[in-house]
Amino acid sequence: MANIPENLRYSKDHEWVKVDGDVATIGITDHAQSQLGDVVYVDLPRAGDRFASHEAFGSVESVKAVSEIFTPVAGEVVEVNDALNDTPEAVNNDSYGAAWMLKIKMDNPNEADGMLSAEEYEEYLNANA
Amino acid sequence: MSTENLKKTPLNEVHRALHGKMVDFGGWDMPVQYAAGVIAEHLATREKAGLFDVSHMGEIWVEGPDAIAFVNRLTTNDVTKLVDGQAHYSALTNLEGGVVDDLLVHRFGPEKLLLVVNASTTDKDWAWITSQKRDEDVALTNASADYCQIAIQGPKALEIAQKFTDVDLSAIKYYHFTAGMFDGTDSIIARTGYTGEDGFEVYAAKSEAVRLWNDLMEAGAEYGMLPCGLAARNTLRLEAAMSLYGHELSDTISPLEANLGWICKLNKGDFNGREPMAKLKEEGLKRRLVGFEMVDKGIARDEMDVYAGDEKIGVVTSGSPAPYLKKNIGLAFVKTEFAKTGQEITIDVRGRRLAAQVVPTPFYKREK
Repeated sequence: MANIPENLRYSKDHEWVKVDGDVATIGITDHAQSQLGDVVYVDLPRAGDRFASHEAFGSVESVKAVSEIFTPVAGEVVEVNDALNDTPEAVNNDSYGAAWMLKIKMDNPNEADGMLSAEEYEEYLNANA
Repeated sequence: MSTENLKKTPLNEVHRALHGKMVDFGGWDMPVQYAAGVIAEHLATREKAGLFDVSHMGEIWVEGPDAIAFVNRLTTNDVTKLVDGQAHYSALTNLEGGVVDDLLVHRFGPEKLLLVVNASTTDKDWAWITSQKRDEDVALTNASADYCQIAIQGPKALEIAQKFTDVDLSAIKYYHFTAGMFDGTDSIIARTGYTGEDGFEVYAAKSEAVRLWNDLMEAGAEYGMLPCGLAARNTLRLEAAMSLYGHELSDTISPLEANLGWICKLNKGDFNGREPMAKLKEEGLKRRLVGFEMVDKGIARDEMDVYAGDEKIGVVTSGSPAPYLKKNIGLAFVKTEFAKTGQEITIDVRGRRLAAQVVPTPFYKREK
């Protein structure tokens, strides 16, 4: 059974977003980390970088594979989780907590409203299982 | 995902019960990893023991008065040097000196050899071997569907495996084997493997597979043994710098280029591909397989381009994080003039040129 917290928004690329005012915190879902297997490297952008919606902002590498990560919302990166440099395994162990990846100041603070709810994301996973 | 068209080993249900993440591996439905994950599985094999289902590998018997001469004509190593109960690593070569497959040749007797070949190439190998038969007095049998093969590897492998047989396993030398009872069933017990560790590969009737596996799992538990999937098998063999067919070896790669000169006995008499191989050796190799270590942060992956300065000098054949060494490593074919240890290279990782360095292989060598 996938771990899908109620209070987050989800993308079909398996990112989660937590909205606080006009800042979105972004990471990858439990389903995504489980598909990747043991994560050994997370490549993230720098604070100040700008991204459009659905643009790739970095990559997560497991022993077997590399997967791009996309931002579901447009804006400017205000903070990056540099701790993942030293503890990439946090993506496997705590994908919704310690393994948050970026904080983005959204150009449109309502953009995340269009994303999937926890229930919708679960349906999406089940439909694509 | 539908798996009905995939071939399955007799342990398929067992892998699923162990939460194996199943993938299509060369037409076989195989576990890429189990619940513990590739890193834990890899480390268990280096430090304790790992259990691998390698029942997908192919087994071909060559029997008859001309068995040795026949296999000697088809492969690069010198089969006449084998004694009863000994095995060697070799290459099945085509007439151009490329590699049809890499394999193990086991000598049971002067008229009986067992070839163990790769799973995804078994059909190709069988077609090639049977097509090469001339007037030699040999009988060929593709017994791949009859056997299961389970590998137990790692420093505790001997102790665990010894519980299942009266055969003194410590007396079996590396790359030797014996036929004997193992867990109450007729088996071939070979001190071989594909991990860089000590260990055994046990061949038995397919019908015994589930019982053998479960008994080994139970006995291995107190040693911290883990079942290991294909991902760990790959990272283990890569740390040991062993070739993987389709990556370091192919129909158009010479074993000489892949650092396998030691299994190419050009003076043993004629064999398939000997002449082009001798010519290549005389003219000098244009490319060589090298090991490299990433200097920059980042992971090289298969098929990425390799550069020296602005010049493209080769391509990565296998690239991965190395879980035991905790480095990012790989194997690559490069132009011979860049194959020296210490050579600085860069690798095009999705558009970024990351620094790496040519290093000696194997990356990992166990302490004896």
